[in-house]
Amino acid sequence: MITIFGIPGPLLFGQLLLGLINGAFYAMLSLGLAIIFGMLNIINFAHGALFMMGAFVAWMLLNYLGIGYFPALILAPVIVGIFGLICEKTIISPLYKLDHLYGLLLTFGMALVIEGLFRNAYGSSGMPYRIPDVFQGATDLGFMFLPNYRGWVVIAALIVCLATWAIIEKTFIGARLRAATENAPLVQAFGVNVPRLITLTYGAGVALAAFAGVLAAPIYSVNPNMGSNFIITVFAVVVIGGMGSILGSIVTGFALGVIEGLTKVFYPQGSATVIFLVMVIVLIVRPRGLFGKAA
Amino acid sequence: MWGFSRAQAIAFVVMVALIIVCPWVLYPVFLMKVLCFALFACAFNLMIGYVGLLSFGHAAFFGMGSYIAAWTAKHWGITAEAAILLGGATGAILGLVLGYIAIRRQGLYFAMITLGLAQMVYFFCLQAPFTGGEDGIQQVPRSPLFGVISMQPDMHIYWLVAVVFLLGFLLIHRVVHSPFGQVLKAIRENEPRATSLGYRTDDYKLIAFVLSTFLAGIAGGTKALVFGIATLTDVHYSMSGEVVLMVLLGGLGTIFGPVMGALVLSAMENYLAQFGAWVTVTQGAIFMICVLAFRRGIIGEIGAKLRIQL
Repeated sequence: MITIFGIPGPLLFGQLLLGLINGAFYAMLSLGLAIIFGMLNIINFAHGALFMMGAFVAWMLLNYLGIGYFPALILAPVIVGIFGLICEKTIISPLYKLDHLYGLLLTFGMALVIEGLFRNAYGSSGMPYRIPDVFQGATDLGFMFLPNYRGWVVIAALIVCLATWAIIEKTFIGARLRAATENAPLVQAFGVNVPRLITLTYGAGVALAAFAGVLAAPIYSVNPNMGSNFIITVFAVVVIGGMGSILGSIVTGFALGVIEGLTKVFYPQGSATVIFLVMVIVLIVRPRGLFGKAA
Repeated sequence: MWGFSRAQAIAFVVMVALIIVCPWVLYPVFLMKVLCFALFACAFNLMIGYVGLLSFGHAAFFGMGSYIAAWTAKHWGITAEAAILLGGATGAILGLVLGYIAIRRQGLYFAMITLGLAQMVYFFCLQAPFTGGEDGIQQVPRSPLFGVISMQPDMHIYWLVAVVFLLGFLLIHRVVHSPFGQVLKAIRENEPRATSLGYRTDDYKLIAFVLSTFLAGIAGGTKALVFGIATLTDVHYSMSGEVVLMVLLGGLGTIFGPVMGALVLSAMENYLAQFGAWVTVTQGAIFMICVLAFRRGIIGEIGAKLRIQL
């Protein structure tokens, strides 16, 4: 058996893979947070709850309607995205003129309500979601066994992250989005419907969270607390990366997942706190974040 | 006197009178819970109401204060006032360290950073042996005050809690109305301007933060002695959310708002405890209603109706 730094190879690679998977979720969630923050200037505390909702919608589609994993991968983000659009139109949009902290407080309230409702309906214990048949089993990579589903999660997350990046940086609608982020009144003066753009941005960010939720459903058990466990770590990821750059969010998310995975191998007690520790170091050395613009 | 306006002085006298009368009418343990949370909320309000910084990690200071007070009272058998002060010192030291890191960013980032730092404290408490993990520190003795006055009867410790609360309340009020407090308000209104006038705004913010976390630690330590238990609930981020809600509901930046918020929320929790997760839903709904339609809070609205500052 191969050993690296006295650690058996399979253990090291296994934890690295787990780290990559967590990193994939950090990347997708922090990406959504960054996009929403860019347009709406609010930190969406409900992001974790909406991630959880994505997983639950997938579970409901399967158990109540018999709709399988792949259609759910499209349907759940659409459903949760529409929910997000309605929330933005009705309760979030009145807050844009106020201090941005009110947006944080409102979405925190939203998160409590959503999580509380699901906890009432389904209890706190998790419900399993079966791995789709295509991804059952594992592949021998020579140095480790890769469970197929986990490989798929990393690839799917990468594709979605890069696609989001391409849409924002390379397309016409993305150009409008970036322009509106820089200077909304000017873009509006050119005849772009900025309020609608804002609404759609929120919907897209939320859909991204829901997509991550569906991906997560077969890995973690589907339970009402799965989002809140993630969201605080994702906030730290956002602070570390700074919210200025799309690619920055993606890279930071994956990198921190890997760092967390490595910590699990070398110092398991520290794995829960290592990301926050990185946040402390980054704040001391470079307060604006790795990819953040100067204030 | 003490910077109280006429209306505030009247309100203060009413509050003191209620604190004296209520234990004969209501359950003293419930009132002590309210007073501990009221002090905690007042400490939090110092940051959001007067410096304009939303700390989403105040549970860390409350919880650590509660753990240290509980541990020292149980294992060293120190007196009640020493345990409470140690709780406060813990809050202050932790606040100094975490505050030094957090004040590097403002606004939303400050909220996210304090939340992250507090989560680190939570994981520390979850793993550290002295906190007892999931069980917490149980059977904390109500050690006698100054080593002589027994704190076992509820009515005895009630007066201690009442005095601690009133001292903390007056301290905050005094600080807010001091020249130091005026600088804090200047920072809240326009930080670059305050800097250009020659104030080291970061120092002011850090001192205010440490004061706030000191009182949060005092509140936590007092709560640990009253209930004889310190648990992970006190350091969990939902506790940070609760104190935000208390202040928001009572009235941001008002003196009596946090007290009112603590009273209403504690009463609501007592009443709703039997309904399980509906507590969370109700809290979330109150959050949303407050932000959307009730931003002045209860005391703020009353003040606006009567055209006075409370």
